[in-house]
Amino acid sequence: MTSVQLAQASNAAVYASMLTLTLAMIFFAASFASGRRRSTATADLPARIAEGAGGTAVITRPPAVADAPLEPGRRSANIGMSLTWLSFFTLLVGVVLRGVWAGRVPWGNMYEFSITAALGVLGVFLVMSVKRDLRWLGLFVVTPTLLWLGLAVTVLYTEAAQLVPALKSYWLVIHVSAAIICFGAFTLAAATAGLSLVRAGVERRQGTTDVRGWTSRMPTSERLQVLTNRVVAFSFPLWTFAVVAGAIWAENAWGRYWGWDPKETWAFITWVVFAAYLHARSTAGWRGNRASWIALAGWVAFLINYFGVNIFVNSLHSYSGM
Amino acid sequence: MTTRLEEPAAGLPEEKPLPPLGSVGLLRWMWRQLTSMRTALILLFLLALASVPGSILPQRGTNPIRVDEWLAQNPASGPLLDRLGFFDVYASPWFAAVYLLLFISLIGCVLPRIAQHWRAVRLPPPPAPRRLSRLPHSREFASPREPQDVVGAAEQYLRSHRWRVRTGQADDGTPWVAAEKGHARETGNLVFHVSLLFVLAAVAIGGLLGWKGNVIVREGTGFSNTLTQYDAWGGGRFVDPDSLAPFSFTLDRFQVDFERADAQRGAPRLFEADVTFRDTPAGDPVATTIEVNEPLDVDGAKIFLVGHGYAPHVVVRDSAGEVVFDDTVVFLPQDGNFTSTGVIKVPDADPSLGFNGLFLPTASRDQIGAGVSTFPAPDDPEVLLAAFRGDMGLDSGVPQSVYTLDTSQMVKVGLESIRPGETWTLPNDSGSIEFVGLDRWASFQIAHDPGKELALLAAGAAIAGLMLSLFVRRRRVWVKALPGEAGGTLVQIAALARTEATDLTADVSAIADELGAPAAVEERSAE
Ligand code: HEM
Repeated sequence: MTSVQLAQASNAAVYASMLTLTLAMIFFAASFASGRRRSTATADLPARIAEGAGGTAVITRPPAVADAPLEPGRRSANIGMSLTWLSFFTLLVGVVLRGVWAGRVPWGNMYEFSITAALGVLGVFLVMSVKRDLRWLGLFVVTPTLLWLGLAVTVLYTEAAQLVPALKSYWLVIHVSAAIICFGAFTLAAATAGLSLVRAGVERRQGTTDVRGWTSRMPTSERLQVLTNRVVAFSFPLWTFAVVAGAIWAENAWGRYWGWDPKETWAFITWVVFAAYLHARSTAGWRGNRASWIALAGWVAFLINYFGVNIFVNSLHSYSGM
Repeated sequence: MTTRLEEPAAGLPEEKPLPPLGSVGLLRWMWRQLTSMRTALILLFLLALASVPGSILPQRGTNPIRVDEWLAQNPASGPLLDRLGFFDVYASPWFAAVYLLLFISLIGCVLPRIAQHWRAVRLPPPPAPRRLSRLPHSREFASPREPQDVVGAAEQYLRSHRWRVRTGQADDGTPWVAAEKGHARETGNLVFHVSLLFVLAAVAIGGLLGWKGNVIVREGTGFSNTLTQYDAWGGGRFVDPDSLAPFSFTLDRFQVDFERADAQRGAPRLFEADVTFRDTPAGDPVATTIEVNEPLDVDGAKIFLVGHGYAPHVVVRDSAGEVVFDDTVVFLPQDGNFTSTGVIKVPDADPSLGFNGLFLPTASRDQIGAGVSTFPAPDDPEVLLAAFRGDMGLDSGVPQSVYTLDTSQMVKVGLESIRPGETWTLPNDSGSIEFVGLDRWASFQIAHDPGKELALLAAGAAIAGLMLSLFVRRRRVWVKALPGEAGGTLVQIAALARTEATDLTADVSAIADELGAPAAVEERSAE
């Protein structure tokens, strides 16, 4: 393929993945709008409970682990998941072609970062969904990812070019790939944290964890908090590693491993906020809604680092290409 | 939900006793407050918050010129913010207060936990509870084997899978095995927190024993590592600036290349400094290159390439045609296209001559006719000069920057732009200046940080500890072998997680399979 064809193919793949993602969103939304309420561990199993002696439900798998299946709109949710997989692979093709076109890792400017970050979000979501039923979460992952990609192809689009010399380092590959996976995971954590806040509000107002209404299609606020914690517990060490890799790279490029450059500062703030989140999860009185707010704050710090520092602040790290 | 044994139940407010009277009691109370989880949490918030202003306001450490600009533009709030340390946030007393309190809290929190953990690790697992079926993960099945056999097999299996095992007998003679796993979780947590202390120590070592200097070197000139040769130098309190390593180098050639395609036109593509290096004045010369991301390692110090620019070569002659100045002059880039400013001082002319210069590698004019460069490479170089004659104030004793010209005692002679090879004959018989050609200069940062290896080591330990702490699950299992109704043995297996929302089904099933449980037995969950 010629260079121009490669570029066109990459762009076409990105647009195709956006189209698939739009369809996925519609199917996920349909699954939310249709059908009956989500069954929680015991509420929808009157028959089986009756079988169990003395009120002890005897079932083959502990419900704490298997998120109770999403009964309503199951078909369309399944289609949504398949479309999300399809979109992921299409986007992967787009990112890889972009890298082939540029002759380097596709992380040279904000457009490339953004499409790779979208890939990170979808990837982390899909990997997590392999082991547990996350169809209820699909709508809340796919919609922001679509908006994000829309922003990338319209506002952030940049022609491919080579890297500035400071970005030419294999630490770039290590540092950035870790950061992109973290971005995916932190975004998911923010989604589940946000949903847990919404759901907790509904639970409080209705006075029960067995709620009615649209939030009934997601797990209880407590399950959502546990899920948030899992995701942060996965990404926090990785983020620590990403920051350390960045420090090693900075030491190589600028002669100091830490210099309180705005980008470094916000990476540190993000790190401290998520450390605070993990602490909050072990502190009486903080493990519920307050911890969820902290997880959201950590994600906002990450976004500030990405948009604010790249575009508005005069930093050694300003490479937006805009 | 699994239960957490030691933690207060979720959502319960912590008890808040009033501070006791009496100074010892008060001190102890304050210490307990400082080392509580809640204080740690609040201090972490404060640390995040205190870091923010330093990313918004310019900082002296990284950008002193922007700080001065900011102060000039904000005469009202500037000085107050300055006095409060907002332009040097990360060295300010209030920032230090937050992290020092946090680390004191950390020590006060971690030391007792180390002692406690040390004891806990050596304690055997607790005996089997009376009714295993009450535990969150349990399973029961009949086995034809003898109770002692079953327990023995369980013990062997658990030991070989690195559980800490204890055996015993209940009052009624029922043999049991108790096993525990996952102390590494707390170990990892402690390693993580202690490593943070070492990171802080490494930063402190770097601050006290490290040094860092910047120097601009023109092509064809040299640098030797003594304090006087640096343009800027900063060292820690315990550094002796008179005994720096005696290396030196000359910059033979500096190569750059810029993007010419439309996308990101003008972005740098290559920087490379060819140098000849000597580790002592009498040492053998070694030719090498220094590139971005590829510093030169010498005697524990590293030489980094951090910037570059142009150094026009000019020759100045007096009215008699005698050469009074013949050298390259460093011009500092002002924008991405290397529109550069510089000053030429010729004290040997009589009277002294001085020039304010603007150098344009690719010359053009903006709408109001001012000179700007439109591309960073020297495609069409031009230098714009404003000539002055008179006293430059060099003898006043006040040290002067080589980049500014004090024209208060001087008379303006004229204004001209010249290209390489051209000579401008100054009016009023003041002599002439010739723009001979172009050299480049490179700026280097030379840094020595004796704390950085420790920092890396501590960071690595922190990550390892963190992963143990977050991924290891602390859990206990018990196996009991009761006499069965029909002569065989009733085997009971149960597990208890000590970390939140942990699924131990796999552990229970693995042991059950090992002990020959029938495949299709239902599992009981006390959820
Ligand atoms: C420099 C400041 C600190 C940072 C960055 C930090 C970070 C963390 C992180 C990320 C965790 C979760 C991972 C793990 O369990 O190892 C954690 C857990 C913990 N931290 Fe800290 N910490 C700091 C200071 C403190 C202080 C001052 C205390 C004592 C009050 C403390 C007590 C704890 C405890 C008890 C846990 C375990 C919680 C659990 O059981 O899950 N930490 N810390």
